[in-house]
Amino acid sequence: MNQPQAFTYTPPRDDVHTEPGAIRFVIVALAVLFLLIFVVLPLVVVFASAFSKGVMAYVAALGEPEALSAIRLTLLVAAISVSLNLVSGVIAAWAIAKFDFAGKTFLITLIDLPFSVSPVISGLVFVLLFGAQGFFGPWLQAHDIRILFALPGIALATIFVTFPFVARALIPLMQEQGTQEEEAAISLGASGLQTFFRVTLPNIKWGLLYGVLLCNARAMGEFGAVSVVSGHIRGETNTMPLLVEILYNEYQFVASFAIASLLAMLALITLVAKTVLERRLDEGQVVSDD
Amino acid sequence: MTIEVKNLTKKFGDFAALDNVDLKVADGELLALLGPSGSGKTTLLRIIAGLDWPDSGEVSFGGENVLSRSAGERHVGFVFQHYALFRHMTVFENVAFGLRVQPRAIRKDEAAIRARVKELLDLVQLDWLSDRYPNQLSGGQRQRIALARALAIEPRILLLDEPFGALDAKVRKELRQWLRSLHQEIHVTSIFVTHDQEEALEVANRVVVMDKGRIEQVGTPGEVYDNPATAFVHGFIGESIVLPVEVRDGGVQLGGKALNIAANGYAPGAAKLFIRRHDMQIGPAGSGALEGSVQHVRTFGPIQRAEVALCGAAEKTVIEIDAPRDRELHAGDAVSLQPRRYRIFAAQE
Amino acid sequence: MGLTLTWLSVIILIPLAGLFLKTFDLSLEQFWGIVTSRRTLNALKISFGLSFAAACVNLVMGTIVVWALVRYRFPGRRLFDAIVDIPFALPTAVAGVALTQLFAQKGWLGAPLAELGIKVAFTPIGIFIAMIFIGIPFVVRTVQPVLLDLDVEIEEAAASLGANRWHTVFRVILPSLIPALLTGFALAFARAVGEYGSVIFIAGNLPNVSEIAPLLIVIRLSEFRYADATAIAVVMLVASFLIIFAVNRLQRWAQTRLPAH
Repeated sequence: MNQPQAFTYTPPRDDVHTEPGAIRFVIVALAVLFLLIFVVLPLVVVFASAFSKGVMAYVAALGEPEALSAIRLTLLVAAISVSLNLVSGVIAAWAIAKFDFAGKTFLITLIDLPFSVSPVISGLVFVLLFGAQGFFGPWLQAHDIRILFALPGIALATIFVTFPFVARALIPLMQEQGTQEEEAAISLGASGLQTFFRVTLPNIKWGLLYGVLLCNARAMGEFGAVSVVSGHIRGETNTMPLLVEILYNEYQFVASFAIASLLAMLALITLVAKTVLERRLDEGQVVSDD
Repeated sequence: MTIEVKNLTKKFGDFAALDNVDLKVADGELLALLGPSGSGKTTLLRIIAGLDWPDSGEVSFGGENVLSRSAGERHVGFVFQHYALFRHMTVFENVAFGLRVQPRAIRKDEAAIRARVKELLDLVQLDWLSDRYPNQLSGGQRQRIALARALAIEPRILLLDEPFGALDAKVRKELRQWLRSLHQEIHVTSIFVTHDQEEALEVANRVVVMDKGRIEQVGTPGEVYDNPATAFVHGFIGESIVLPVEVRDGGVQLGGKALNIAANGYAPGAAKLFIRRHDMQIGPAGSGALEGSVQHVRTFGPIQRAEVALCGAAEKTVIEIDAPRDRELHAGDAVSLQPRRYRIFAAQE
Repeated sequence: MGLTLTWLSVIILIPLAGLFLKTFDLSLEQFWGIVTSRRTLNALKISFGLSFAAACVNLVMGTIVVWALVRYRFPGRRLFDAIVDIPFALPTAVAGVALTQLFAQKGWLGAPLAELGIKVAFTPIGIFIAMIFIGIPFVVRTVQPVLLDLDVEIEEAAASLGANRWHTVFRVILPSLIPALLTGFALAFARAVGEYGSVIFIAGNLPNVSEIAPLLIVIRLSEFRYADATAIAVVMLVASFLIIFAVNRLQRWAQTRLPAH
């Protein structure tokens, strides 16, 4: 006979896997509104305030000697702390991921510690060590070595707060990769260093970059710890975040937000790079991309 | 409860998961949906359960169209392939869940819920596990708890998606028999999906063989095995020897050479000859329909398996034949093969 | 490896040990006196109380955000997903001045709120807002992978057992997220307690009213009252250790009960 009549039929609303449309709308609206108010608006304010007196005022603010010296100091501190943390982070991650030893859990806790301590306390510990009343204070004074309220103090505090980033990024990666490739390299006659540079490092390069990226962002943006140890000597020990504070408290809003906008840009670039890297890392888990 | 499916079609993009499917399930049946992956069997099961919706067609339970009803309203017990037990609940709470989420008006009181859960856990013989969490159970135990949970709502129909798929071979065998006897006890209309023919033939009263979104054959295990309706069914169920042949002048030809078997009225043209391996009898040269020479003989257990190269085929064709151990076979022997039973299907796919 | 441990000790262990050693300069009474002085107690109360409240807001809003990001498709979803990390990446001082500018009496949000008689900047509400800001990523990022991994079969199981969507969400889905939710909550809480940069600008910093504990440490340091600063720091440190400990326990508990497949 004839084909059965084609009949139109609308499937019922999917109440198994999702919520009614109205609820979906309300939840998305709430989420978007929340993120807009609490995250996007503050970010927009930074740029709007920085350019509130026009581009010239913005450029002029960044050209101030004080601003330039803060930028220089921030870059220097970031360079020191990132490079030191890069080396020690790789070694620490290597030790934790590839070897078993007594006190391993303790070491992991130790690495995580700076994440969980208030930045102010991170600064405080260095004041207690190197301050005038600190443990090494009198000795340092006697030998005329300045750590606190100078570059070494700022660098130390920054190293302290940014220590976890590299190690944290690498540990899971290295644990997952295990030791087989290294053992293979060594059995083929590679030396320890050759093994590291030709086998281990290529395997972790994206994770390493990820860690360095976050470490750098935090190093340039650190405020609490640095604030405690810097002494706020204008043109000398003010990093960019500290200068943002000083200028803001002096009601030099354009200048303050101009510096802040540079830091915000750094944050945005870091985020974009992080997103790209995360995708790379995800892919790397499925198929090694080398 | 009877189930009737009419003209069911479901497409995912261009891919037709179900293509105009009709099926009737009688009350109290234990039906297997059997087919390779992508045959649409799971989609059909999910549509019956109300977890998925067709593009067109009808599904009715006991004569009542249920397509507009939600999964919950259909009173269908569904056992998931990976059990889908609630990991944050104890075994007891898992089984009790369906009773606890009933509308207040018909919800049982706590004592009745406890009694019912106890009864179900007794039924699946796992009452001693009621305080455990799902991850503390073995695969087979999880499977039985999932079944108990599905039965708690006194379902009109029980649906099982690859119920034994995630279990190891030994547990599978045990659970198959257990499911059969459970079904005899509770006698609720049940459909289970499987890609394992042995499982379907052993457990079900009737088997529905599916391929590419269509039903190829519906029948008892004996019927689908002995009288496969299509080439697909013959090839999918049991072990078959398939030879490309041509039907011509009322006879069957292999590589232009007439075989000593009748075409039984099959339409002339290219065709495929299907023979079950155990239906192929081996005899001395010149005594059967096909001639060949033994290439290799292996023995295991009560039988020996011979690889026989057929003479006359256009390309070199080697088939495997089972023969009793008392028959002497050696590599190089010229033999003759005679199918006890065979089927011919048109060659096109 | 010995080198690693040595370096770690130099950079992390020695400074922290110094902190605890410093407290031994104080007698127990002195320590107790500092910690229970009105100003310290108020600062701790403000820090912990408002952090707790902010973490609660983040728990609720974080759940809503993560649900929207994981479960729904809407324009800009990927962008909003990336945006969640901004409070992480934005230097705290920048966040601080930005939030202050936004909520100041003449600010974009401060002005309309002032019309309603709500003053945010330079009040405890300002602290609360800043703490919400910095806590946003924690709940979202701890819950997101768990929600993504959640098997749809359990929702289908609930539905086929007669649960309506409400039951499925509140009795099946959310309970299986509890360990992740609590972890996110604790992390947001711990972060807010120690937060300095993004809070002090908007706080007003009025002793006993809107002065957070980290700021009090800085003030004591600038007054060269090292012992006072140290005592407050030790209290905060112990508190954050307890939180981390709780988080670790929570995760272990979650693992024994809810192992990954």
